Amino acid sequence: MEKMSRVTTALSGSALTGRTMHCHLDAPANAISVCRDAAQVVVAGRSIFKIYAIEEEQFVEKLNLRVGRKPSLNLSCADVVWHQMDENLLATAATNGVVVTWNLGRPSRNKQDQLFTEHKRTVNKVCFHPTEAHVLLSGSQDGFMKCFDLRRKDSVSTFSGQSESVRDVQFSIRDYFTFASTFENGNVQLWDIRRPDRCERMFTAHNGPVFCCDWHPEDRGWLATGGRDKMVKVWDMTTHRAKEMHCVQTIASVARVKWRPECRHHLATCSMMVDHNIYVWDVRRPFVPAAMFEEHRDVTTGIAWRHPHDPSFLLSGSKDSTLCQHLFRDASQPVERANPEGLCYGLFGDLAFAAKESLVAAESGRKPYMGDRRHPIFFKRKLDPAEPFSGLASSALSVFETESGGGSMSWFVDTAERYALAGRPLAELCDHNAKVARELGRNQVAQTWTMLRIIYCSPGLVSSANLNHSVGKGSSCGLPLMNSFNLKDMGPGLGSETRLDRSKGDTRSDTALLDSSATLITNEDNEETEGSDVPADYLLGDVEGEEDELYPLDTEHVHPEEPEYVLPQEAFPLRHEIVDTPSGPEHLQDKADSPHVSGNEADTASLAPVDSSSSLLSVSHALYDSRLPPDFFSVLVRDMLHFYAEQGDVQMAVSVLIVLGERVRKDIDEQTQEHWYTSYIDLLQRFCLWNVSNEVVKLSTSRAVSCLNQASTTLHVNCSHCKRPMSSRGWVCDRCHRCASMCAVCHHVVKGLFVWCQGCSHGGHLQHIMKWLEGSSHCPAGCGHLCEYS
Amino acid sequence: MAEGENEVRWDGLCSRDSSTRETALEHIRQIVLRKTEYLRSVKETLYRPSDGLSNAVSLDGMNKLLAHLLMLSKRCPFKDVRERSGFILKSVEELGIRIPRPLGHGPSRFIPEKEILQVGSEDAQMHALFADSFAALGRLDNITLVMVFHPQYLESFLKTQHYLLQMDGPLPLHYRHYIGIMAAARHQCSYLVNLHVNDFLHVGGDPKWLNGLENAPQKLQNLGELNKVLAHRPWLITKEHIEGLLKAEEHSWSLAELVHAVVLLTHYHSLASFTFGCGISPEIHCDGGHTFRPPSVSNYCFCDITNGNHNVDEMQVNSAGNISVSDSFFEVEALMEKMKQLQECRDEEEASQEEMASRFEIEKRESMLVFSSDDDEVTPARDVSRHFEDTSYGYKDFSRHGMHVPTFRVQDYCWEDHGYSLVNRLYPDVGQLIDEKFHIAYNLTYNTMAMHKDVDTSMLRRAIWNYIHCMFGIRYDDYDYGEINQLLDRSFKVYIKTVVCTPEKVTKRMYDSFWRQFKHSEKVHVNLLLIEARMQAELLYALRAITRYMT
Repeated sequence: MEKMSRVTTALSGSALTGRTMHCHLDAPANAISVCRDAAQVVVAGRSIFKIYAIEEEQFVEKLNLRVGRKPSLNLSCADVVWHQMDENLLATAATNGVVVTWNLGRPSRNKQDQLFTEHKRTVNKVCFHPTEAHVLLSGSQDGFMKCFDLRRKDSVSTFSGQSESVRDVQFSIRDYFTFASTFENGNVQLWDIRRPDRCERMFTAHNGPVFCCDWHPEDRGWLATGGRDKMVKVWDMTTHRAKEMHCVQTIASVARVKWRPECRHHLATCSMMVDHNIYVWDVRRPFVPAAMFEEHRDVTTGIAWRHPHDPSFLLSGSKDSTLCQHLFRDASQPVERANPEGLCYGLFGDLAFAAKESLVAAESGRKPYMGDRRHPIFFKRKLDPAEPFSGLASSALSVFETESGGGSMSWFVDTAERYALAGRPLAELCDHNAKVARELGRNQVAQTWTMLRIIYCSPGLVSSANLNHSVGKGSSCGLPLMNSFNLKDMGPGLGSETRLDRSKGDTRSDTALLDSSATLITNEDNEETEGSDVPADYLLGDVEGEEDELYPLDTEHVHPEEPEYVLPQEAFPLRHEIVDTPSGPEHLQDKADSPHVSGNEADTASLAPVDSSSSLLSVSHALYDSRLPPDFFSVLVRDMLHFYAEQGDVQMAVSVLIVLGERVRKDIDEQTQEHWYTSYIDLLQRFCLWNVSNEVVKLSTSRAVSCLNQASTTLHVNCSHCKRPMSSRGWVCDRCHRCASMCAVCHHVVKGLFVWCQGCSHGGHLQHIMKWLEGSSHCPAGCGHLCEYS
Repeated sequence: MAEGENEVRWDGLCSRDSSTRETALEHIRQIVLRKTEYLRSVKETLYRPSDGLSNAVSLDGMNKLLAHLLMLSKRCPFKDVRERSGFILKSVEELGIRIPRPLGHGPSRFIPEKEILQVGSEDAQMHALFADSFAALGRLDNITLVMVFHPQYLESFLKTQHYLLQMDGPLPLHYRHYIGIMAAARHQCSYLVNLHVNDFLHVGGDPKWLNGLENAPQKLQNLGELNKVLAHRPWLITKEHIEGLLKAEEHSWSLAELVHAVVLLTHYHSLASFTFGCGISPEIHCDGGHTFRPPSVSNYCFCDITNGNHNVDEMQVNSAGNISVSDSFFEVEALMEKMKQLQECRDEEEASQEEMASRFEIEKRESMLVFSSDDDEVTPARDVSRHFEDTSYGYKDFSRHGMHVPTFRVQDYCWEDHGYSLVNRLYPDVGQLIDEKFHIAYNLTYNTMAMHKDVDTSMLRRAIWNYIHCMFGIRYDDYDYGEINQLLDRSFKVYIKTVVCTPEKVTKRMYDSFWRQFKHSEKVHVNLLLIEARMQAELLYALRAITRYMT
């Protein structure tokens, strides 16, 4: 490993130093074990059995225990363990069922000490007693565990699990006589070493084999188990029934588990298959590993913490024939890469959002902004009370519910059905649509229609529907009315809020600005806008003589949800309070460049309340003089359409597009139009508004859209007698040479519109049937059915 | 007369609701009678040459219909359906139409019909199994009827098979059946091929594919090689095979699909072994399962002898058995004695490591020499050979050809630890199902041996299992292969080897000549061990290759 970081950990007495490093072994490893002094590690596998010294920079091979002319199966190790009291003593479990002990103190080359051939099947695990020098335990595939006294030739006692193969055995670190064993059938058993007749306790820990277990080094009675079901579970064995304390879900079956020293809740795992990494988990945080070591290229088969009191060094052996020392400091921490937020929609439109506590806390300060007025929501903050460690990683979960009925789209359906899109003069269409919108309580939209009408229809008609929204500042200088097209109320979410904030903050500077602008406007000059640094606010100064026309708006008390604006005049419907225009910059620039600057200004100003009683503004006159081509507004309208579309009100965008037709079409690129059209049509069809959707398709000019109702327009008819499709003509069957649909009234073949009763399936020419039904409600065919037509 | 109206719908019969079955049966009855009327009217009118063809077609359709009815009357787990179908057949016969009758005597050619459970006399548990199977497949096949000797296993087997073929999985339904056909065809198992050809067409498979593998999509053709190697020499599978399938541009397989396919292939390879090993007869409604010829004395003998199940034949076997009854009695005694000895002396005598290693080699080498002396030529089943290519590719002994192939060590890659995890990861739930099936097959015991009770047969079962794995070059470090020689005699080894490696060569003589004193149910039990061990061996090699590819 290139990472050269060194770690020196102060330990009682000695200091452990080293770096992340690896060395190549000759063969895949099956297990590793560390010597008591933390300076040597033994690696065992099918064809390897070596001791390496862990030096500061590298591993150094110290001893090869695999000696003899012909390697026997006794040396094919499934497991190896180094005695924690005696540094000369090792034991291995062989795949052929032999348990071998090794004495490094022997003078000869062959260090093999004793051979126990009592197991009939592969021995999966060997384990020394943590404090007794001569006690060794083994667990085998044959379902037996045996306890050996190394001073004797054979086993002292045999424990029969009475179930399938034993996968792991571990002496309890705290309780002298206790050991745990895990089984292939998912059971964990607790034994007293003095009582081989039956186990003290048994419980099913996992679904499928339990591959490993490990006692907590400090907490008496905490046992971690790992199984093929991809779970690590932590059990509390001190209670009467083993209680599951924690459960960590990994991504592959768990082959080894080892508690991390000095860290009460940490444990390291590696997996049996597929996944090659070593993970260190905080058991209280079971979804994201605390650390991850990714050095190995094949499955990791053995892990061991280097020193029982040092949490930063982890050793591992792998099938890829490498031995690694990992430094905790060099581990990758998946939590840093994880996305701390989660978002999900429920079946009924509820939205759940989970985020880091700190984030949400900051958010809640802005709570009022979270409301979307069209979708009223509740804000629920649920802190999991079961989470005892809020400091570690706690998240807040918010559930936003759609208010019953609030989320309904009835306004959409109504609007779609009632809008007029074509067939009348533009002005009428606009008026009609404005009326529809107003009736549905969508004043903003109504206002837009009105404005469109004003813009595109003859200015002489400007008389009514108008907007007025004055945001004034009752400043000392007694400023003229300020007509601010503030986007304050425009939309949900933060956008408008920031704008509001902006305007709030900028009002004062604007005041001065407006001061001059007002003067300038009277001079039919509007250079003032060039200095404006408030892009969100389109400020218009207007001169109003009367003081009481001033409606200072205290922005501090404005609730975005419920703006209450007192409107100054009564000459026109005042219910609509606000209109939004697209943001101003382009417009302002336009203005600056345009030769008709003043006219523009004046024209917009004409949208201001026109008080019949008061004299018209001078600028209004200017409007008549220098009439602007509607083209002039196209940028504005375009932006407005974009605004609506982005807000999700694609209905408005498309409707305006259709109503205005050629007037705006060229300003919006074909693709965007097509996009809007298809989204709107899609929406309409979801609401089963087939007629409207078809009308929209028909009226659209985008070729891709209008060809939608050109496709599959054929209706195939089957003959009512022989059930064959009538291919050539719709009324005569080629096969049985009979006419398919006869009019029940005139007894002729119906070749055009055929209408029939769903009840008795008699019918005929539309005209004839209609006529018939005027006289009688019985079926004209005489079948006696009371026909119903819708 | 239009075809549409007369389309017979059998699925109503699979319902558990008796009234639904009633309506379906009534519907079928009407169709049958209508067709019968039609046929009669055609018969009575003069034959016109132009009518000949359509006549033959409708006659053919009628015969199929009748054959299906015959099957229902014999093999439907629902009593009402059995009775009604028999009644319909009878009424057709009364109208002068020739009705079919079943050929052979029961589901297996090796096992006398009277030994096999009769449909209708099953207990509640078995009836539930039958009903499940019938509901899923619309039939109760002969394999099920033979396996029901061991209902515990059968349940797991049916569950797995149902999941593999009909439940959620990465492969489309017709692919699954086609893969089944491919796998069964490798062993020329016309029984399974016929069954799955029907199923394949039923789920909407393209009939063109059935003309041979070269008519199937390239993707399936690519699988041919794996199928071949897996069936005969699984130890030769390398990660290159896997890579070739997964990286074939637009014809490539996904890992999940591949695992599904591998499981299907191995399932059908071993099922083919079972079919031959137990001498499963053709289904009643399939070709060769029934005849329209009236039972005359002459061809009664003829067809029964060909089916190897004639009473006389039976008696011969019995008499042969009687002659050697003392002989075979000693056979069982000797076997039990050996087991006892092995049990006892195991602890005393310790074979040296070298000896243990060499015993595996010896067993491996000997397994190669074990082959049936009577290599009678099996007539290649009609239509089957076109489903696979390279007919010359067959089992070659591991030891002879595997000099350079290292022994597969179970301790390094085993089903429980590694295979299971891989399968369950790529094809969820199937690992669990197969694992259960292996467990049941391996641990199944009634503690009986022939006439003896309370016998621990684990040693014998383990010997059989490990012997099969040994033939595939899979070694257990912790097993003394000397035991195999002690426990399995030559005729048994011949049978095992034939069933596992070249199932198409199994004969009734082989079946009869091993374990003569044992019950038929015990022989079926042996077959279950054989097929599961074989399936596991193939899976292990295939999954190891996939694992190697993934790392």
